Amino acid sequence: MKFGLMINEGPYQHQASDSALQFARAALAAGHEIFRVFFYLDGVNNGTRLTTPPQDDRHLQRKWTALAAEHELDLVVCIAAAQRRGIVDEAEMKRHGKDAHNLAPGFRISGLGQLIETAIEADRLVVFGD
Amino acid sequence: MGTLHTINKSPFEKRSLESCLRVTLPGSTILLIEDGVYAAMKGGEFEATLVAAIDRVKVCCLQPDWLARGLGDRTAIEGIDFVDYEGFVALAVAHERVQAWL
Amino acid sequence: MSDQESGDEGATTGVVKKLMYVNRRAPYGSIYALEALEIVLVGAAFDQDVSVAFMDDGVYQLKRGQDTEGIGMKNFSPAYRALEMYDVEKLFVEEESMSARGLRVEDLLVPVEVLSAAALGRLMDEQDVLFNF
Repeated sequence: MKFGLMINEGPYQHQASDSALQFARAALAAGHEIFRVFFYLDGVNNGTRLTTPPQDDRHLQRKWTALAAEHELDLVVCIAAAQRRGIVDEAEMKRHGKDAHNLAPGFRISGLGQLIETAIEADRLVVFGD
Repeated sequence: MGTLHTINKSPFEKRSLESCLRVTLPGSTILLIEDGVYAAMKGGEFEATLVAAIDRVKVCCLQPDWLARGLGDRTAIEGIDFVDYEGFVALAVAHERVQAWL
Repeated sequence: MSDQESGDEGATTGVVKKLMYVNRRAPYGSIYALEALEIVLVGAAFDQDVSVAFMDDGVYQLKRGQDTEGIGMKNFSPAYRALEMYDVEKLFVEEESMSARGLRVEDLLVPVEVLSAAALGRLMDEQDVLFNF
């Protein structure tokens, strides 16, 4: 079965990203496909490579990046939500004349249409939020 | 089939459980996750609400969240099934849609 | 809006699904109402069978007479009136939530269909996808 995941909260503040990660791992282990993980609202904060949790804490951004690399997952950060919250890739940095970019490896920035496409293409959409 | 409803809020914090129960149809399943698992504890204020719900719908509780919150030494309300993340995925597969009561 | 912004450059397969946006939060106190509305507006271009439901504090999103001047935030409530132009015409309000908050349809800024919780539940059970906020 094809799953679409939507993550509406950032890492650490809420459990949403952790729950989604556990769900994604279990779904992949059971042989299911994950069509896309769409990060929206504060969920876009999962995609900053500047995340620096204490060493004894889990590093959620790296865990998503690693899971994406292992299973060729499509991790999409919503462009409008990301711009509001200061998450930019290199192209966005240039477009808006910023002096840095911070999108983590394995993530890409795109529009809300990608979420609608996920809803249409996936067999189930599972929303994780607060 | 029906709908899989996930509830991630403590019933003491937000009325997601009550809202969910207003619209759930027979044949649906409610899965308590994250802080939602506190509703599953026997002897709490929401026991009667959940007992009544179990008459109409299946109620499950995500065990890793239950254990994480120190509830391993507590009794859950009769009729609540415990599942792990694998079970969460299986429930999502077995229902036609998933509705998150945030 | 550019293709990159809407992200809809990937053509979909002509499938029409029933999508419902379920709004349960009040506006301004948090961004959920506004960013949920942004999905509805972008999603309207995909020609799906869309409906928007308001229950719990989500009903407050539709309260007439919002005036945000004093809080320095944009009043986005006129956008609910624009939904019709985007062919988003199915707006549902749960009666129990509305009456619990002392509101009546006359208090709302757009025409809606008021449904009992049971009727809304049946409608939710006909959806392919539910977006929750």
